[in-house]
Amino acid sequence: MQVLTFLLKRFGWMIITVWIVFTVSFFLMRQIPGGPLNGERVLSEAVRARLEARYNLDAPISEQYFTHLWNTVRLDFGPSFKLQDYTVNEILAQGFPVSAALGILGMVFAITIGMTSGVVSAVRRNSAYDYSFMMMATLGIAIPNFVLAAMLIVIFVFNLQMFPAAGWGDLNQIILPAFCLGAPFAGYIARLTRTGMLEVLGNDYIRTAYAKGLSPRTVVMKHGLRGALLPVVSYLGPAIAGILTGSLVLERIFVIPGMGSHFIEAAIQRDYTLAMGALLTYTVLLFGMNTLVDLAYSIIDPRVKLE
Amino acid sequence: MPIPNQPPSELERLAAILQEAHDVHGVSLWADAWKRLKRNKAAMISLWSLLTIVLLAILTPLLPLQSPIYQDVKNRELLPPQWEGFSLGIKQYDEETARLIAEADLQVAGNAKHKELMTEVEAREQKHPINLYWNDPNFLTKPLISLRLLLFGDFCIPSIFGTDKLGRDVLSRVFWGSRISLACGFIATLVSLMIGVSYGAISGYMGGWVDNLMMRLVDVFYSIPFIFIVIFIMSFLSSPDVREVLQEYHIGQIHVFFLLIGAIYWLTMARVVRGQVISLKNEQFVEAAKTIGATRMQIVFRHLVPNVMGIVIVYLTLTIPAVIRFEAFLSFLGMGVEAPNISWGLLVNEGVQVITIIKTYWWMIAFSGMALATTLFALNFLGDGVRDALDPKLKNK
Repeated sequence: MQVLTFLLKRFGWMIITVWIVFTVSFFLMRQIPGGPLNGERVLSEAVRARLEARYNLDAPISEQYFTHLWNTVRLDFGPSFKLQDYTVNEILAQGFPVSAALGILGMVFAITIGMTSGVVSAVRRNSAYDYSFMMMATLGIAIPNFVLAAMLIVIFVFNLQMFPAAGWGDLNQIILPAFCLGAPFAGYIARLTRTGMLEVLGNDYIRTAYAKGLSPRTVVMKHGLRGALLPVVSYLGPAIAGILTGSLVLERIFVIPGMGSHFIEAAIQRDYTLAMGALLTYTVLLFGMNTLVDLAYSIIDPRVKLE
Repeated sequence: MPIPNQPPSELERLAAILQEAHDVHGVSLWADAWKRLKRNKAAMISLWSLLTIVLLAILTPLLPLQSPIYQDVKNRELLPPQWEGFSLGIKQYDEETARLIAEADLQVAGNAKHKELMTEVEAREQKHPINLYWNDPNFLTKPLISLRLLLFGDFCIPSIFGTDKLGRDVLSRVFWGSRISLACGFIATLVSLMIGVSYGAISGYMGGWVDNLMMRLVDVFYSIPFIFIVIFIMSFLSSPDVREVLQEYHIGQIHVFFLLIGAIYWLTMARVVRGQVISLKNEQFVEAAKTIGATRMQIVFRHLVPNVMGIVIVYLTLTIPAVIRFEAFLSFLGMGVEAPNISWGLLVNEGVQVITIIKTYWWMIAFSGMALATTLFALNFLGDGVRDALDPKLKNK
């Protein structure tokens, strides 16, 4: 019941957020001269009039706003301005699974690498492992992922020829971009896990667990990790926002046909409908993920109350 | 049997207390933090490297570098790092002009030959290499460039970082790029600081429905993927019509860009400041300020804000690298700094573009990427150090 009210409340806020984003971007699009129909080709009056009618650009702005809003509510983002014969929905439906696969794999990389090295660092505190892992974590946080990607491409693609340079389709092509995407977050997660773990390992119940004869492995993995998980889970919200941003860049470098590439392309070409569709999708995605993270947080730590 | 000491007289006792007070120095929060920071080796190394980087960036026009924008595709396209010298050729150019003037002086003033020579001299003045070598120097860089020409003349450091696909010197581009990247970090952080601190302080101090509304708004902003909105806005700003309007007001696209980045990085700052202000606003010094008739704005900005500066600085150390990275991100995507301006993100982008299967022009990425990574690395370490120094409770978080 509590969960239900929480979800309903969140849903209400999501509607408001999406509406704000919609309104701001709509008026930005329409206020600024040099709309999507002002390409390099000069259009004749008749053609322009037909095009404006097709894209509903000739109506008064208030009417355009409400039509567009209504269409958006029905999840119909309209035809793309620049990619002929495609609707925005079709383009998004094509790009979304690609971006999602990349993002999920990146996240998996980040969590596995980050948590493992964090736990090892905490258990072997002040050892060579600890120092080198934490050094690497700071490096991962500091180096922007596109710099990392460029360096890895030079090394692994051109010098060692282990991976293909770009493209999408088989597993070999996804490893490098997913790794670059996950690296900074692996760094953060490693640091958070280490700190959380160190705090937990000093607690009395850990001593009790040792005292009753559990093996160190069980103590660390079962009793310690659960407590150390909290800061990591609360970091997942910002991490997801970061993954969305990061995939924007990496899709561009590795020529991956995901939503990010489409969005950048749309912004450069001023393909308003597509840009708006992608923007709203990203907003919903971010909001939904944040809600999920909050929910997960309250499940892991029953002391946390859903507000 | 030793005679027990006389109990000290009142005067002596007071003198002793006074002496003790003299010996003990009060340690301010800042002095204490500085002492702790000094003990942190990694943070101090980072601090010194950052100071060096900033100083080099400021003094870039003074250094004997090649031109960051002069193109020579024919002779210098994508040269690998090398030690071969390069001359600006200004001295020779000036000498030739001087020769022409001398020749003109030999002619009778007003005759055809004289006129011809003088127009040529004028044309040469206009085509002077200085105008080609530096992109529209402003009142700050111009004197430095003149001084550089005075000090070093035609000498430049050879292209030890190689050249790019238009034959421009990468070393000097990395140096000039640092100016914009660091300026962005500075300006955008300042903007975010101003918005975040005032927003948080006002929200926290007002309380009630104002606070509620303002914080709900922050919650909403948290779920907006701002990078996409910035890209959206930047793509509008780059349309010719908008650019014309901006130019009328003498605003470059880059200024808007800086402000825009600052304007989206204040959310966490606002939340933190609000929390601090709420915990401070019932303290006695606020009460005291109220009794002498301070207005609400005065209380917030004169009495409360200075007291939250510690935590503000802690969050600043997080904001600066984030902002620099964000700038690099957007410039990399071609949505931020635009030519002829240079930033590190832009340079990395140029480097990525020339990666081919046939040949890797590694120097195009390596040096700009390293400059960016080193700066961010140092900022991160310094940030960790400052956080530990200012707030020992936060250690390792």
